[in-house]
Amino acid sequence: MLATRYRLPRHPIAQLREEMDKVFSGLLSQPLDAWRSGGARPGQPAVNMWEEPERFCVEMEVPGLKQDQLELAVAGGELSIRVDRPEVVEQGATYHRRERPVGTFARVIRLPSDIDGEKVDAKLADGVLTVLLPKSQAAQPRKIQVSPA
Amino acid sequence: MSENINEETQITKPATEETTSAERTRGGVYYRPNCDIVETAEELLVRADMPGAKGEEINVNFEDGMLSIHAPVKPRQDEEVEYLLHEYGVGDYYRTFQVSEAIDAGKIEAQYAEGVLTLHLPKAESAKPRKIAVKPGG
Repeated sequence: MLATRYRLPRHPIAQLREEMDKVFSGLLSQPLDAWRSGGARPGQPAVNMWEEPERFCVEMEVPGLKQDQLELAVAGGELSIRVDRPEVVEQGATYHRRERPVGTFARVIRLPSDIDGEKVDAKLADGVLTVLLPKSQAAQPRKIQVSPA
Repeated sequence: MSENINEETQITKPATEETTSAERTRGGVYYRPNCDIVETAEELLVRADMPGAKGEEINVNFEDGMLSIHAPVKPRQDEEVEYLLHEYGVGDYYRTFQVSEAIDAGKIEAQYAEGVLTLHLPKAESAKPRKIAVKPGG
């Protein structure tokens, strides 16, 4: 799990650790550590995901995107996100910097436990996409009463 | 300014330590927003990716040929949240540019929508390319 809260790409230890994470998540993600797969590979948008008692939340920064340029789907315990950022070419202009990503990017995130596909909700505000995935009834935490013998 | 096309790196915003002393009142990391800078005959156009910022809180400053953009961003989750994936951080945005063109500072326009700040920096009249007619004679 990439646990660094603040990415400092210049720090050599962080870079080494990232490389190792990428190698291992690529090799081991599918069969062994399935639900953790989806470590971002180069060209993939970065994702934050956390768990609340009754739902999973997935957040992604997608500046400049409108709703019709985003595709979200939930199937078989996986959330797939597809982002299509068209290239805007200004005629008769010179680019001095071109850092904002363009093109189509996709990512599949394995969800650790069952979610209720009917109740998935997604919000897009100020370029931040938040997907809320409520856990299915079976997967919700349940208090177990201990009855006296 | 030279062309700079970012190709194979992961799409996150780089963190930066560079900041003016006035900004350092809160400790923490500042993020450098990814920018496109386009020059036309009429203006310099800057587009900066600043997702999560609030339009009314963005500061744009142009002074002595230096353009600086800053936006405070509050964390969107509590500190104690346990992340399953944590690939980017959330924090303030800050970036400065040295602008070599003569800009008409009074006509700078800024718009913010969907997480993108767009700045129009119109060139000062003297800086616009001007066709010069060549008259016959010697």
